[in-house]
Amino acid sequence: MSTPSRTDAGTNATSAPDRGHDHGENEGHGEGHGHVEVDGVELSAELVEGPSVASHDVAEYALWLGDDSLVLAQQLGWWISRAPELEEDIALGNIALDLIGHARSLLHYSGAESNRTEDDLAYWRTEPSWRSAHLFEQPNGDFAHTIARQFIAANYLFELYSRLAGSADATLAAIAAKAVKEVDYHRDHAAQWVLRLALGTEESRARMITGLSDLWPFLDELFVDEPLIDRLEGVAVRPSTLRGPVEDAMAPVLREAELDEPRGFISSGGGRRGDHSENLGPLLAEMQVLARAHPGASW
Amino acid sequence: MTIPPVPYDIAPSPAAGVSPEEQQFNDLIAADSRIEPRDWMPEAYRKTLVRQISQHAHSEIIGMQPEGNWITRAPSLKRKAILLAKVQDEAGHGLYLYSAAQTLGITRDEMTDALIAGKARYSSIFNYPSPTWADMGSIGWLVDGAAICNQVPLCRASYGPYGRAMVRICKEESFHQRQGFEILLELMNGTDEQRAMAQESVNRWYWPALQMFGPPDDDSPNSAQSMKWNIKRFSNDELRQRFVGMLVPQAEVLGVTLPDPDLRWNEEKGVYDMGEIDWTEFHEVLQGRGPANARRLQRRRDAHENGRWVREAAAAYARKQAAKLTETAVA
Repeated sequence: MSTPSRTDAGTNATSAPDRGHDHGENEGHGEGHGHVEVDGVELSAELVEGPSVASHDVAEYALWLGDDSLVLAQQLGWWISRAPELEEDIALGNIALDLIGHARSLLHYSGAESNRTEDDLAYWRTEPSWRSAHLFEQPNGDFAHTIARQFIAANYLFELYSRLAGSADATLAAIAAKAVKEVDYHRDHAAQWVLRLALGTEESRARMITGLSDLWPFLDELFVDEPLIDRLEGVAVRPSTLRGPVEDAMAPVLREAELDEPRGFISSGGGRRGDHSENLGPLLAEMQVLARAHPGASW
Repeated sequence: MTIPPVPYDIAPSPAAGVSPEEQQFNDLIAADSRIEPRDWMPEAYRKTLVRQISQHAHSEIIGMQPEGNWITRAPSLKRKAILLAKVQDEAGHGLYLYSAAQTLGITRDEMTDALIAGKARYSSIFNYPSPTWADMGSIGWLVDGAAICNQVPLCRASYGPYGRAMVRICKEESFHQRQGFEILLELMNGTDEQRAMAQESVNRWYWPALQMFGPPDDDSPNSAQSMKWNIKRFSNDELRQRFVGMLVPQAEVLGVTLPDPDLRWNEEKGVYDMGEIDWTEFHEVLQGRGPANARRLQRRRDAHENGRWVREAAAAYARKQAAKLTETAVA
């Protein structure tokens, strides 16, 4: 199977250039382990921090994007040790790791305005304060559902970040410039799987069609312009301008996969206003349970 | 501490009945050189390696489960990312090791089938559950720590592909151990509840971690031959002793108590004396009577079976693409 599995990335993401530790043969046999500190920067290369504090509106916008990434990462993390093939445990884990990196950068930036950390935002907000779109909240379903969600999400995020990289807000631009390279890989991964599943066996084709039609209703919400966008001209990417590019990006893959664009329900969404699908509650309950059992603790 | 030189066997002089290939194999082992996949090797050597490498690969794969259990509930985003990266590394280790075993003439499907059928072994340690977040610390510090002690000498294993896979794996394992230590350190510097969580977890994992080195030397049937073949470099008891020597100062830094009342420094021998290990428990777990044996295999089987249609789709698609390419080439 030629899944693009970047076996190295998980490691690279977590290896600081100098951990003051020698990987030689003596390791594990004595003094080598006198060095006991794990530096706090393992993943710092993954994070983008700008010098500025976001305005209230920019902070809200960063929350939209950060919540999308975090909710999606939370879902994908479930697949590790459950994927159809080891290569997919690795690939889906990689994608989740990239998305957590984006979410951390965005939430960090968003929170500075209200003196909240990324963890304050991730663990101590209740549902109505979340801003994720419903697409990202949809459950993993079977592998075809996960791929359908990835296919839409990655194409949307790619078009979004491509444009956000030119934002007048330097921090958002820097986060987007880094993220776009990663979601480019995510969209390739999803496209490969859409083709394999749609053109593979009868069963996989039927499942891909079901997955796509179950997720398609949540595409529309991604292109809705909320009033916030009017106040962020030049800073945010206007969602309605993404519809054409996202649909154009998906069309050739669907064509090659001999899949029709599903024509069925369209969900009215509402995530940006705090109106969520039923899936977000259980997802947050699981994600937040330990942190909330120990208020004020550090981990 | 440096590793003491190993007294290597002297190669037997060519004897009647030893084929030239066998002599070459013996010479390579005697010179502490590497055996490569295309070299001749005794069937028993091949079998030993297949058993050991595939067990090791299975351990990585099953070992993803107790930690995977906490990815969705990790208490900070940084911890979530680190844990995700770690579990993903383990999948990567499984892949390198399956690949190394494949060079010995077994397929990944055969190894997977044996695992799912309950015929293959993996490290018993993963048959223990991970009910608390502190277990992410203990698994890293104690389980990965024990694994490092076991595995660093394997970087010099006589079979080339295994030794090379181990070099890469050991680098990542040392990061794993440090992140486990750091989780415990953070807990021990935290609230009373967090400290209690850490100590309780260390109490549960300490003895099973010591059992990871395998039975005592006088009860380890495969050890002697593996040492002769330069696959294994140190005995189970030697490695266990080393591990405890490494843990004690680290436990002091952490402020945790190692749950062995008989653990004390022996000035005369220059090592720590330790209490009796409960080998009955070890054999019970090995025989499938641990707390989570059924659960671990069930998860692996479910993943495999639920993924069957996906793998079939990928294979069918690949065949169709290949056929298309041939058609194009013919036309």
